[in-house]
Amino acid sequence: MRVPPKFTQSLAVLVLGAATLLTVVVLVFIIAFVLVKGLPGVTWEFLSSPPKDMGKAGGILPTLVGTVLLPLLAIAIALPLGVGTAVYLTEYTRENPLTRALRFGTDCLAGIPSIIFGLFGFIFFVVMLKMGWCLLSGALTLAIMVLPTIIRTSEEAIRSVPNAYREVSFSLGATRWETVLKVVLPNALPGIVTGVILGIGRSIGETAAVIFTAGSSLRMPLSVFDSVRTMSVHFYILAREGISNENAYATAAVLIISVVLVNLAAYSMMHRFIAKRSK
Amino acid sequence: MRLNGETVAKGVLTVVAFSALASLLLIAVFIFKEGFPFMLKVGVGDFLFASTWNPQVGQYGIYPMIVSSLYVTFGAMLIGAPLGIAGAIFMNEFLPRPLMRVIKPTIELLAGIPSVVFGFLGVMVLAPFIRTHLGGPGLSVLAASVILGVMVLPTVISISSDAIGAVPNSYREGALALGATRWQSVHMVTLKAARSGIIASVILAMGRALGETMAVIMVAGNTVRIPHAVTDPVRTLTANIALEMSNATGMAREALFATGVVLFVVIMILNAIALSAMKGRGGKR
Repeated sequence: MRVPPKFTQSLAVLVLGAATLLTVVVLVFIIAFVLVKGLPGVTWEFLSSPPKDMGKAGGILPTLVGTVLLPLLAIAIALPLGVGTAVYLTEYTRENPLTRALRFGTDCLAGIPSIIFGLFGFIFFVVMLKMGWCLLSGALTLAIMVLPTIIRTSEEAIRSVPNAYREVSFSLGATRWETVLKVVLPNALPGIVTGVILGIGRSIGETAAVIFTAGSSLRMPLSVFDSVRTMSVHFYILAREGISNENAYATAAVLIISVVLVNLAAYSMMHRFIAKRSK
Repeated sequence: MRLNGETVAKGVLTVVAFSALASLLLIAVFIFKEGFPFMLKVGVGDFLFASTWNPQVGQYGIYPMIVSSLYVTFGAMLIGAPLGIAGAIFMNEFLPRPLMRVIKPTIELLAGIPSVVFGFLGVMVLAPFIRTHLGGPGLSVLAASVILGVMVLPTVISISSDAIGAVPNSYREGALALGATRWQSVHMVTLKAARSGIIASVILAMGRALGETMAVIMVAGNTVRIPHAVTDPVRTLTANIALEMSNATGMAREALFATGVVLFVVIMILNAIALSAMKGRGGKR
């Protein structure tokens, strides 16, 4: 018995379409559910006042500050390393066993789960280097975590800079480094920024690696050696220890909104970059 | 002077270029240094295959956690792999371009949602649903599998989608010119050509599911035992580390790092397989 190809075609489109639709519906449901439950609790007071009673009442101000500071510090550490690696791989070497090893290292690092980063950050930064649970320990751990993202996006951005640009620069007598600094990097900047924004997004949502390195103090951090609690960690503690579902939902809503905004920023950046390149 | 600056730049960049590889090695060294001697002390076989975990009295068998992690990861793949691959095919082959430009970034948003939020939804929505309709405590293998299945979707979709997008258009045109329907060209030509990339996406997703921690802690129930039904609560390897880390000292802490060693090794193997599968298609990443 032969099934007519036209029929399998329609059936396939139906099944595949339904699967895609299901994915989109789940996504919309997650975001809508959190926003509907959480948004009523998000008031100016909630955002601008410190928590009371371990978060049972009051706001989330210090965790908001932690959520801004920790990713920024992590990016400040990872950016020069990541862009430097990308420049080295694209501008200073050809494909050889060494670059293959470096790329393999980057790819493997990208696949390591965050709990392993947490274990490592705890034993290395917190215990061995005696830094304790603090902003800096957390930022260093997160920096290693987002490094692969920064390397990859920077490498792609640098590769997409047309070779003619470099040739013109060389023909004007510029050295390789001058060319990198004045021609390649400025032209690759939007792509690099996209990587940075993606890295920030990942850091904002991270919990396992942060809770064991930056700690979970609810006090306002005054230096990089103070423990901080990010919104993700705060939300986890509120939800897991059943401290307050209401505040957990509200925190989740703020978290989701931040992540969506960060992703939109990355996407529009990437779009502009591609549009500019294809001109 | 100028030449000098150039040499310095190259020297610095060469050192910086090792940052990722060096970090990877540093992580491996420290996890092993803390965990491996413990494994030898307890005995690798006893550590991996004894089924009682009770650090207070010096029993360190992680076998139930290994089995639980496997079940949960496998369950997540049962849900995430078909859904994700179907989504990737549909978006690349059947969806009009303008629509794809909206849907793809929307789905990629899934990747940005913090894992704790997934976990929380699992607790608030999924677990009660399982409790009332299927019985058991709700927090279970099934709940964890569903949540992880959804969480790995962006990984499966974006990597499969890249692989499908990388198949040259001439292949499709060839199939269509021979009178194949769109679907025939997809499953007979495109999917065959993109196979290694799709397999890589599933293996990488397995790594993600195996390594996910916070969401699993919230929805899996965390009871140390070998599950007999999908509605049984379980504790995974990752959950074991995160749950006991905050108050473990001495041997107990070493045991957690040893759990980390197991996780690290398995995930590195999965990554290596996925990476070599991706290399298989013309070196395009």
